[in-house]
Amino acid sequence: MSQAEIRNLLVAAALLCVAALLPLTGDGYYIALGVTIAMYTVLATSWALFSGPTHYISLATAAFYGLGTYTVALGIDVVPYWLLLVIALVVGAVAAGLVGLATLRLSGVYFVIFTLGLAEMIRQVVTWVQNNFAGHRGLYVLTDITEEIIYWELLGLAALVFLAGWLINRSRLGFALRIIGNDEVVAAHSGIDTARAKVLLFMVSGGVAAVVGALMAPRWTYIEPSLAFTPLISFTVVIMALLGGAGRLWGPVIGVVPFAILWEITSAQFPNQRSLLLGIAFLLIVYAIPNGIIGRVEDLVRRVRQRREA
Amino acid sequence: MKRRDALKLTTATTLAAAGTLAAPAILRSTRAAGPIRIGAVAPKTGPLAGGATVSHWPNIYLWVEQVNARGGLQLADGPAMVELIEYDDQTNPGETIQAVQRLANQDDAHFILAPYGTGLNIAAAPIFDRLGYPQIAVTAITDQIEELAGNFPNMFFTLGSTTAFASAVAEIVAGLRDSGQIGNRVAMVNVADAFGIELAAAGRPIFEAAGLEIVYDQSYPLGTQDLSPVVRGAKDSQPDAFVAWSYPPDTFGLAEQAMIEDLDVRAFYSAVATCFPAYRDRFGASINNVLGAGGVNPTDPRFQEYAAAHQEVTGQEPDYWASATTYSSLQILEQAIEAIGEPDRAGVSEYLKANTFDTVLGDIAFNEHNNNERYWTCGQWQDGVFHGVASTGREGAVDVRLKEGWA
Amino acid sequence: MDILIAGLLLGGTYALIAMGLNLQYGVARIMNLANGELLVAGGFAAFWIYTSGQVSPLAAIVLVAPAAFVLNWLIYRVMLRPLVNRARSRGQLEVDSILATFGLSFILVGVMLAIFGGDYFSYSYLATPVTLFGSNFGLNRVVAFLMASLIALALFLWLNLSRPGMAIRAVSVSPESAQLVGIDVRRLSALAFALGGAVTAVGGALISTFLTLDASIGILFTMKALIIVIMGGVGDIRGTIVAALILGLAETLVATVIDPGLTLAAAYLMFILILLFRPQGLFGRRTL
Repeated sequence: MSQAEIRNLLVAAALLCVAALLPLTGDGYYIALGVTIAMYTVLATSWALFSGPTHYISLATAAFYGLGTYTVALGIDVVPYWLLLVIALVVGAVAAGLVGLATLRLSGVYFVIFTLGLAEMIRQVVTWVQNNFAGHRGLYVLTDITEEIIYWELLGLAALVFLAGWLINRSRLGFALRIIGNDEVVAAHSGIDTARAKVLLFMVSGGVAAVVGALMAPRWTYIEPSLAFTPLISFTVVIMALLGGAGRLWGPVIGVVPFAILWEITSAQFPNQRSLLLGIAFLLIVYAIPNGIIGRVEDLVRRVRQRREA
Repeated sequence: MKRRDALKLTTATTLAAAGTLAAPAILRSTRAAGPIRIGAVAPKTGPLAGGATVSHWPNIYLWVEQVNARGGLQLADGPAMVELIEYDDQTNPGETIQAVQRLANQDDAHFILAPYGTGLNIAAAPIFDRLGYPQIAVTAITDQIEELAGNFPNMFFTLGSTTAFASAVAEIVAGLRDSGQIGNRVAMVNVADAFGIELAAAGRPIFEAAGLEIVYDQSYPLGTQDLSPVVRGAKDSQPDAFVAWSYPPDTFGLAEQAMIEDLDVRAFYSAVATCFPAYRDRFGASINNVLGAGGVNPTDPRFQEYAAAHQEVTGQEPDYWASATTYSSLQILEQAIEAIGEPDRAGVSEYLKANTFDTVLGDIAFNEHNNNERYWTCGQWQDGVFHGVASTGREGAVDVRLKEGWA
Repeated sequence: MDILIAGLLLGGTYALIAMGLNLQYGVARIMNLANGELLVAGGFAAFWIYTSGQVSPLAAIVLVAPAAFVLNWLIYRVMLRPLVNRARSRGQLEVDSILATFGLSFILVGVMLAIFGGDYFSYSYLATPVTLFGSNFGLNRVVAFLMASLIALALFLWLNLSRPGMAIRAVSVSPESAQLVGIDVRRLSALAFALGGAVTAVGGALISTFLTLDASIGILFTMKALIIVIMGGVGDIRGTIVAALILGLAETLVATVIDPGLTLAAAYLMFILILLFRPQGLFGRRTL
């Protein structure tokens, strides 16, 4: 490990500690905002773990997230909560593994829409099963888990995801994925098992999304399919990650924070024109920051350095 | 990792941190002394926006307008005008929770009105409870009232329980059968979303206990574009009564398909949005004698006065169920605040539990589980007016009529 | 027989939803996530013309189609042309257009909310039964199906027989080669995008005669359209129509024979199976 790496790790750990102090402000509003940001940070970062290097845009986040939520909703009265988190992780990873195996042959936009269709199918099947077999009426998750705890849980998960992402980047797997992203044919010719690498990463991404869903379930209290599986989550995650820049491990979080704050400001200041303003802000981002914020920052750094060298 | 990367990381985090620090200044709106700030959060966009635009928002505007026209709320140290702060939760419980937090911490709202829809109300209940705000829920229909009120002692329920709505329909159909007007074959369908699933699950045993035979029992997904297989399947089962635990877009679709297929039943029931004026405007006389969830007593002069004011202030007609109840919940809040004489939330909560309130629906009081026990459960379109035909203790119910074709 | 007709009628509806997107994506390479909002806008326009002027939605199409054509042409010229120009690869254009049209969909929802409010919009038009082979079907659905067939036929003939149609097909196969043989790719892409938008809006106007719409409902149609276009194969109008009909038939079959609750699950399952065995869609070509 080089000196710079150690320093980066320390900086990251310090930032995490600062973030963990947020609930001590005691201001519920910031905690609520923090939960949203933490949730999307985990989702977007784990999404980018897979989609960043492979350039596969997945719209299945909502499916895994919803599976996690439903795991908790169906099991909360029977199974201890921590065990449900483990089950959610397994369910999400297995589902993602199956999807990964099925989608190997697809590329480009076909994969995008495939994952969207898949998410919808899972939602329909879960709804149907609940309607006909679950025997429950509504699904309630009544627990003592407060927003502060959810926030810390999400933050801990975020740390794990960052750590995992960092380790993957250093590993052979990460190297293989970057080659796949650059040119899949070359990757296959140089003896990389492209299928295995992609499926593994997709499983990590799906499992994490399911755990996020499971962690968020106590916050929603009342679980319905249209809320647990809302396709908006998938879209939002993609947008946030791309806004930050999916090519770097910390890219998504840099997209999540300003996006969540922008979202919050428009909601707060212009409740009746929110949709319109958000759309306009969105277009501004697309046109003014084409390569994500990371890309912009890298440009800037490059320019400064050039000037210095000149 | 290289030095360059570290530099980038620092730059990026600085930017992000700057954004985070700048946000509070922008978000924190000015706190003015004087008026009573009332916070409202409900869907303006998203799947539930259509319903909220009919039943929820207009009543809030009407109430604020009327209170301020009277000179404001009469408090102990003089009148106080009402200032409304409204947010759109996009039918997303996360946004609802955040908006409630924002209203309490940022806007310093004295009171926060309950959100719209069962899921959003229950999702917001823990936050209302923790922040100590009373939550007079209207559009929250559940069988968990006792458990919820036990967990969240400041949550109040006004519109009723799932079982009561299913029971009302079963009683009406069984009543028609007992008087020999129809047979006992019931076709039951439900939308496969929480509300529909819950009502169907509650309905099955109740219908069977009433000696009714469920000859067709299917669900259909939310957002189904073609309901003709559902209606045709129901028709093929030759039912005497058709019961649909439905949501707005498909409530309309089911009626249209029933007309097209000529589903000739003597009792036709669909749940949410049957009582919307838009339903009558679309189908006119065809839907005469259609049964629907909810109801009011439209001949009550108090309701008529309310409906006229609603029309005048908001430019639209109220619906014949949740609208008047939403307005009543605001009247209840108003009376409680004025009785306490100051914006004391704990005091208002206690007052709500102990007293009876005079509303456009008549007297309303909460039982030991914070539940209003007297509410309308079923109504019927009779000659262009939606009359309540069943309730748990409201006055003015009219007799149920048989549906005589769709012409 | 019931199932066949009901399924075909539903398939016609789906074709109306998806044909426009196929043109936009197949030729102009714009994955238009605002497709559903434009459809709803077409429906609102028909609603507004019908309720304020008592003009039949079928006649309203004469107004809706050119208006939508102009609007979509402007959207392409102002919003999307810069993205096309700056895109270095097809993949980047796809990502950019997804982001840009996602933003556009928010704007459209906001505009519709501002003009029409969030209420449900529905009216009764031709909601009378017609009897086909002994069963009743809604006349409005039959009319929509006939119009869908008409539009599909017109598009198919135009694309295959007219010169601009041929040029558009050439662009959809390979923009680079089309450029080489002297086809004005930029102009044709704009034309295809605008035409696709017009077809979508007309579809919305027709669909509004039997479906209840509100300002935020567009995303449901977008998702359906995406799935149909991909299932049929990008850039081939026949594929979209076949996929729409298959989807309609499958949904009706499952709803009637098995369980209406599984309708959509079955539709998505079929979509997934088709992609697994034919990754480029029913009529799609393998892209290189």
